[in-house]
Amino acid sequence: MTRLEKRFDDLKTQGRAAFVTFITAGDPNLEDSLAILKGLPEAGADVIELGMPFTDPMADGPAIQHSSQRALAAGQTMLKTLDMVRRFREGDDATPIVLMGYYNPIYHMGVEKFLDAATAAGVDGLIVVDLPPEEDDELCVPAMKAGLNFIRLATPTTDDKRLPAVLANTSGFVYYVSITGITGSASPQARNVAASVQRIKGHTKLPVAVGFGIKTPEQAAEIARDADGAVVGSAIVETVKAELGEDGKLKDGGVARILDFVRGLADGVHGARAQAAE
Amino acid sequence: MRSGPDERGRFGIFGGRFVAETLMPLVLDLDQAYKDAKNDPSFHDEMEALQRDYVGRESPLYYAERLTEHFREQAKEKGGDGGAKIFFKREELNHTGSHKINNCLGQILLAMRMGKKRIIAETGAGQHGVATATVCARFGLPCVVYMGATDIERQKPNVFRMRLLGAEVVPVTSGTGTLKDAMNEALRDWVTNVDSTYYLIGTVAGPHPYPAMVRDFQAIIGEETRRQMMEREGRLPDSVVACIGGGSNAMGLFHPFLDDESVQIFGVEAAGHGIETGEHCASLKGGSPGVLHGNRTYLLQDDDGQIRDGYSISAGLDYPGIGPEHSWLHETGRATYVSATDQEALEAFQLCSRKEGIIPALEPSHALAYVARVAPDLPRDHLMVVNLSGRGDKDIFSVAEHLGVKL
Repeated sequence: MTRLEKRFDDLKTQGRAAFVTFITAGDPNLEDSLAILKGLPEAGADVIELGMPFTDPMADGPAIQHSSQRALAAGQTMLKTLDMVRRFREGDDATPIVLMGYYNPIYHMGVEKFLDAATAAGVDGLIVVDLPPEEDDELCVPAMKAGLNFIRLATPTTDDKRLPAVLANTSGFVYYVSITGITGSASPQARNVAASVQRIKGHTKLPVAVGFGIKTPEQAAEIARDADGAVVGSAIVETVKAELGEDGKLKDGGVARILDFVRGLADGVHGARAQAAE
Repeated sequence: MRSGPDERGRFGIFGGRFVAETLMPLVLDLDQAYKDAKNDPSFHDEMEALQRDYVGRESPLYYAERLTEHFREQAKEKGGDGGAKIFFKREELNHTGSHKINNCLGQILLAMRMGKKRIIAETGAGQHGVATATVCARFGLPCVVYMGATDIERQKPNVFRMRLLGAEVVPVTSGTGTLKDAMNEALRDWVTNVDSTYYLIGTVAGPHPYPAMVRDFQAIIGEETRRQMMEREGRLPDSVVACIGGGSNAMGLFHPFLDDESVQIFGVEAAGHGIETGEHCASLKGGSPGVLHGNRTYLLQDDDGQIRDGYSISAGLDYPGIGPEHSWLHETGRATYVSATDQEALEAFQLCSRKEGIIPALEPSHALAYVARVAPDLPRDHLMVVNLSGRGDKDIFSVAEHLGVKL
């Protein structure tokens, strides 16, 4: 059982949803980013998505685009991203880390070399936005053989006919993209989300996490009532931007304030079902 | 050689469908709709009528007599007696002034068959944007064109033309504000408005079926050239030459000749300030295989797989990738890819203007630059066709600037 599978199992036993956080590796620089990463579990993150920065993030909105640009400008590379995971693992062997990004930096490094380095560093899963099931033999199948979970995005345009193909090689969890759009845009309607989660669950036993457009603890709580996990990315990345000093580093106390914001969201997710039961 | 791509949209290892899940169902729909249209005679009839009456096809195959003479003079000066016979495929005479309209007509008819209500496009030099805005005006569909802020600055006449035609031109400032960023932004729009919107891609790139479909709509260039040369000279050309950014005008010219072994094929990439300077957009000469914008192809990228910006005097060639079929033709050796610098293109631009009374766009000026390099050393009976893919009116301001002339 991977860390990811164990984490979702444990949370199911506890009867609460997972809080999935996204940050971009190396944003705004390696040192600050590592400090945020290390603080996330204590701030309530159950699963961490770590973005691999890319120059051309086609499915992302301005918030995550800019975070990628900040990281790249500060000299972030794939090897540095993997090294962040390794250093995180020195102090935390339980919190799952999923690398999220686009295929080209992985392809350029070489799939085999990347998978070796990722598993050695302690990565648990991959989300690669521009690899649909039609391209499974590129990375998905080799990643599964290497013992990594390959998490697929399902979207409102993924109809019932297509869902089985999307779910076929998915493991760990299913990431339901609640809107047709880019990251950080319009917020999802809780009612639509509940129906969609049910639709996906009709096809799989995997946990379903929901993301795209969740910005506040209240929205996170609403999603967490129906889904097995709530993913927040752009909103966290925006707080990184808000804490930027003029030298491109975080202001004094910035890491703590970013983690406070994360804690607020975590409380929303973790209290969601208790609240609903009252 | 002409049978590709396979069912998965691959030309060898190149091509494919590397897109986000939100777009995948739509890309599959498009594939089906295009297959249906291809097999529907009424689709072809409609295309043919519009090509004739609206675009002004067929475009002439023109014997560039004075340019040919010029190269023969040069040959003589060097003590030779060669000098290839040069022909222009006059795509710049099409409505809107370039080959781009060929593809736009095909795709907008397809978009309407699919019931789409809104058209988006990306543009670099603005030629594809103008052609898209034109067909949208012709068929009464709203049109949004994404264009890099840098390109808007250097292609003002085309921006104004698009607006005259009723299109909304959206400046893109993300990334470096050039063609690749405009394409990213168009993809973001598409992901957001997937139900209503048709993405009219301007070149032989993107997820399958775009590279094959755009090629098919452009292949009329090569088909006409083939027939016209047979009629005129009684045989096929010995070589065909075209400039390459994404590579749609080149693919259109090349494709009908792929199986004719006697025909040499030359694609000319933009070498900018020179390949060795790193400031160029020659993806094949100066790049390596990667995955971007829905397909695997040669890309300009750094050691970490991050996309590098292309540079060229010509905004239309300034793309860090190239159509996947070109990558395949490069690796199989069927086509030969060469490059020409800004300076060489500027010289060819002026040479063509003075010798033939045709002001070419900066894009095909790169192809002309290659012709100028090799034509004097080729035998007199060598028949060489260069695709004059666009006219140069849009470029006179940036050319003047480079020549130090104040308008």
